Amino acid sequence: MSMNNQGRPSQPGAAQDNDIPTISGDRGLDLEAALIFEIGRGGVTGVDLPDVRVNEKRLGELRRKGAVGLPGLSEPEVIRHYVRLSRQNYAIDAGLYPLGSCTMKHNPRLNEKMARLPGFGDLHPLAPRAATQGALQLIDQLMTWLTTLTGMPAVAMSPKAGAHGELCGLLAIRAAVEARGEKRNRILVPESAHGTNPATAAFAGFTVDEVPAKPNGHVDAAALKAKLGPDVAAIMLTNPNTCGLFEGEVIEIAKAVHAAGAYFYCDGANFNAIAGRVRPGDLGIDAMHINLHKTFSTPHGGGGPGAGPVVLSERLAAYAPLPLLLADKDGFRLIEDRAELPAGAKPFGRMCAFHGQMGMFVRALSYMLSHGRDGVRQASEDAVLSANYILASLKDVMSAPFGEGPCMHEALFDDTFLEGTGVTTLDFAKAMIDEGYHPMTMYFPLVVHGAMLIEPTESESKESLDRFIAVLRGLAEEAKAGKRERFEGAPRYAPRRRLDETAAARKPVLRWKPDPLPQAAE
Amino acid sequence: MRYLPLTPDDRRAMLARIGAPNIDALFRDVPREAVVPLSVFDLPETQGELEVERALSKLAAKNVAAGSAPSFCGAGAYKHHVPSAVDHLIQRSEFLTAYTPYQPEIAQGTLQVLFEFQSQVALLTGMDVANASLYDGSTATAEAVLMAQRLTRRGKAILSGGLHPHYAETVETVASLSGQVTRAPVTPGKAEDIAALIDNDTACVVVQSPDVFGLIRNLRPIAEAAHAKGALLIAVVTEAVSLGLLESPGAQGADIVACEGQSIGNGLNFGGPYVGLFAAREKFLRQMPGRLCGETVDAAGKRGFVLTLSTREQHIRREKATSNICTNSGLCALAFTIHLSLLGEEGLARLARINHARASALADRLARLPGVELMTPSFFNEFTLKLPKAAAPVVDALAQKGILAGVPASRLMPHEAGARDLLIVAATETNTDDDFAALEAALKWSVGESQSDQKEVLA
Repeated sequence: MSMNNQGRPSQPGAAQDNDIPTISGDRGLDLEAALIFEIGRGGVTGVDLPDVRVNEKRLGELRRKGAVGLPGLSEPEVIRHYVRLSRQNYAIDAGLYPLGSCTMKHNPRLNEKMARLPGFGDLHPLAPRAATQGALQLIDQLMTWLTTLTGMPAVAMSPKAGAHGELCGLLAIRAAVEARGEKRNRILVPESAHGTNPATAAFAGFTVDEVPAKPNGHVDAAALKAKLGPDVAAIMLTNPNTCGLFEGEVIEIAKAVHAAGAYFYCDGANFNAIAGRVRPGDLGIDAMHINLHKTFSTPHGGGGPGAGPVVLSERLAAYAPLPLLLADKDGFRLIEDRAELPAGAKPFGRMCAFHGQMGMFVRALSYMLSHGRDGVRQASEDAVLSANYILASLKDVMSAPFGEGPCMHEALFDDTFLEGTGVTTLDFAKAMIDEGYHPMTMYFPLVVHGAMLIEPTESESKESLDRFIAVLRGLAEEAKAGKRERFEGAPRYAPRRRLDETAAARKPVLRWKPDPLPQAAE
Repeated sequence: MRYLPLTPDDRRAMLARIGAPNIDALFRDVPREAVVPLSVFDLPETQGELEVERALSKLAAKNVAAGSAPSFCGAGAYKHHVPSAVDHLIQRSEFLTAYTPYQPEIAQGTLQVLFEFQSQVALLTGMDVANASLYDGSTATAEAVLMAQRLTRRGKAILSGGLHPHYAETVETVASLSGQVTRAPVTPGKAEDIAALIDNDTACVVVQSPDVFGLIRNLRPIAEAAHAKGALLIAVVTEAVSLGLLESPGAQGADIVACEGQSIGNGLNFGGPYVGLFAAREKFLRQMPGRLCGETVDAAGKRGFVLTLSTREQHIRREKATSNICTNSGLCALAFTIHLSLLGEEGLARLARINHARASALADRLARLPGVELMTPSFFNEFTLKLPKAAAPVVDALAQKGILAGVPASRLMPHEAGARDLLIVAATETNTDDDFAALEAALKWSVGESQSDQKEVLA
C-alpha cells in the first residue's frame, strides 16, 4: 500500500475499512475543539489582574449595565483550544501550497523576530519624531528597495493590502485627471483580471469596461486600443497576467494608453515572477501595487494582514496620499499636514490612520536584505523555472490551454482532460487534499473553463516538485480510468468532509448565541 | 541563498525537462529592451541572518519603545500588556503560514477562530452580527459610511468633531466620491450639538466614543435624532478595552459599529498592522463589506465552518461588490480572539476598570499642576489637558528627558487654533506609579518654565 506524505494510506477506502467510530469523537491525533463559548464558564480567567473599584463620576453615566457574555477560560484551556484548532489547518510550513496567484512561498522566521524587536513592535505611531527616527529610516530604506526594483520614482507606503493599493493608485489617477481639468470616468479592465480590479474601479467611482482576452491567453491589445478614448482614465492590467503569461505587447499598450491621455495601472500581484529582471517603470506603467505578502513573503496569516505599497510614475507622484516621508538636516520626518507640503505635492487624501503596515515593512525589508538583489532575481527565476517544470511535466496528462509555454511563475490548466470522466475541477482539487496537498487555485482566471492555476513558488526543492507532479499525474490517470469514487467523496482524510456551503448561505449562522434563557437586559 | 532549495544541478535538469536552453528562454515573452542586468539595481547582495539582524537591530535601537520609557501616547493606538500565550499561539505555523480559508476542509482552524472572533465582536459591541475583520478602525469607519450611503440611498455623512482626524480624512477620501462629507466643529471636552446638523438628506452621523480627546459621548440621543430623520448612527471606538466598562454602542442604538481592535492582543507596531472590528444590525447584513464566516455541516453531518455570503464580495461580484476588500486582518484578529479568550468576562471587566482607575488617578495628579486644566469631565483611559503653553514643544522637550508625554492635539489637527495647548494623555495598566511621578515632575518643570517666561514678559 502506498503512503502519502501525511503517512495515511492513499488507497481510497482503505482507511474507511478500519473506520470504527471513536467514543470521544477524536481520532488519534485528529482532535476536535468545541467553541470557547461551549467550554468556558464563569469564575475562571486566563489573566490575573487586581480587582480595583472605579469611581463612576467620570464615566458620564454610561457604565455598562449588563455582562458582555464572554466565556471564562484558564490559560491551559486557551492554549489547548487554539493548538487543537491550529492542527486543523493546512500551512505552507507543512506542505506545498500551490495556490496560483496567491504566492505561498516560505516565510522566514528571521522576519518574525525582527518585526518583534521592541523598537518596531512596541513603537507608538504618534510618538515624537525624535523617538521614531529608526522606524522612519527603515521605511525610507524599504522605499528605496521598492523604487529601485520597479524603476519608479515614488512610492506610497500606507495602503494596507493589495486591493487598498489598487484604490490608492486609482485615486491618484483620479486626482491627476481632475488636475488636468478633464472628466474621464471609464476604466478598461481585462476579463482575466482579479476581481479586486473591477471592484476597486467601481469603489473609486469609475465605470468598468471589460477587455476580452485572445485565445492565446493574452489581452486583446487591438480591442484594448479600440476602446481607448477621451473618457478613459486608465487601464488596469495584470502583468504577468492571471493566465501566468507575460503580456509581451505591454510597451505598445502603454504608449497607446498614454497617447490617449490615460494612465496605466498595473496589478502587481505577480511581480514575484519578474523582480530583479524587469522594471515595471521601463514598461510605461504609471502605478502598481506591490503585495508585500506575496513577492516579499510576509506571512498570509490565514487571510491577512497584507500590505500594498504603490509605486508611482513621475506623472502621478505628486498625488501620493498623506503622510509623506521626508529627510532633512534633522533626520526623517512625516508630513501629515497640507500646510507643510513640499513644492509640487498635491496629495489626494489619506488611505488610513497612521502610516501603513509597519510590521509588514520590517518583515519585507528583512526578506530583501537577506536575499539581496541577486537573491531576489534568483527567486524570480526559480519561481518561473519551477512553474515551467510543472507545466512541462503535466501537460501530457492534464490539459494546458497555453501549454506550448513558456509560462511565468504559474502554470494554468483547464478541465478538458476531465471531459467525460464525471470528475469536475472541484472534485479533482478535493482529491488533492486526501493526497496531503492544498489544492491549486480553482475556477480562476475566468477566461479558462474549469481553470486550475498552479503556483509552486521558488520555495520547493526538486524532490518536492517531483513528488507533487507524480501525485497529480496519478490523479489525472485515475480520473481518466473512470475511478470516480476517489474524487466524488473527497476529501476523506481531512478534518472535515465536504462542507455544505449552500446551507451556510441560505440560513446564515454567523455567531454563537447563548441558549434562549431569560437574560438580564443590558 | 538559504531560502532557495534548488541547486545548479536541479536547475539544469529542470531546464532539460522543459526543453529550454537556459533560464532566459523562459522569459522570451518579455520585450528584450525591458530585460535589465543585475547591475542596474543599486542594492546590496545576499546577506546571512546575522548581518541582517545586526542591521535591523541598529535601526530598532534608534527608536524609543513604549515599554522602555514612561509612555502616555494614545489617540487611536494603545499600549497594553499582551499575555505571552498570544504571541506563542499566533506564531504557530498552521495559523501564521496558512492562506485565506478557501478550502474549508483543511482550514477549520482559521474558520472556527473567525467564527469565535465574530461572536466576540458582536457581544462586545452589542450588535447582531460582525464580520471577520477589516484592515483597521479607520478603514472600517470609511466602509461603514459607504455602507450607510448604500443602505439609505443618501449621500451626506456628518462626522463628529470628536472623530479622530485621521479617521475623518480616511472617510473623506473615499466617501466624498459617493456623496458629501461634513465635519462638525471641534469642541474639545464637550459634545457638539450634532443632532442639529441631521437633515433628510443625511445618510449617517459618525460619532466616536470615547472621542479623540477621551470624552465619553452619550450616543442615545444622537441615535434617536438620526433615526427620526431616517439616518443611521455609526459608532466609532478606537480603544476596544473601553467596551469592558462602558455601555456598548449597540445598547445605545448604534446601527453600525467600527472599532479599532489593536488594544486587545496586538502591539503598537508604529501604526500597523491593526485589526478593524465591524459590526451591524442583522437587517443590514447583505450590505456588509468584508468576509463572513458561517456555521454549516459536512457530508458526514459534523459541524464545520465556511466563508459565506460571498456573493457580496469582489471575487464573485466584481464591480458590483459591496467593497473591494479581499483580505481581512486574519492574524491580528486571531491575536484579538486569543487575548479576549484569556481575559474572559471577568478579566476584561477588571482590565477595563484598572485602565479607568489608572487614568483617573493620573488626571487628578496632573490637573493639580499650576496652569494645567483637565478638559474632559468624563473619560475612559485617556483625557485631555490644557497646558499654559503650546503642547507640541512640551512633548518634544519631555521626549529629550526620556518621557513620551502623550500626543499633542495640534499634531492631529494643526489648523485648529483651540488645539494648540491641548495634550492628549493615555494611561493603561502598563503605567506604573513611577511613570506617573516622572510625567508629573517633568510637566511641572515644563509648565513652571512657561510661567516664569510669562512673569518675565509681565515684568
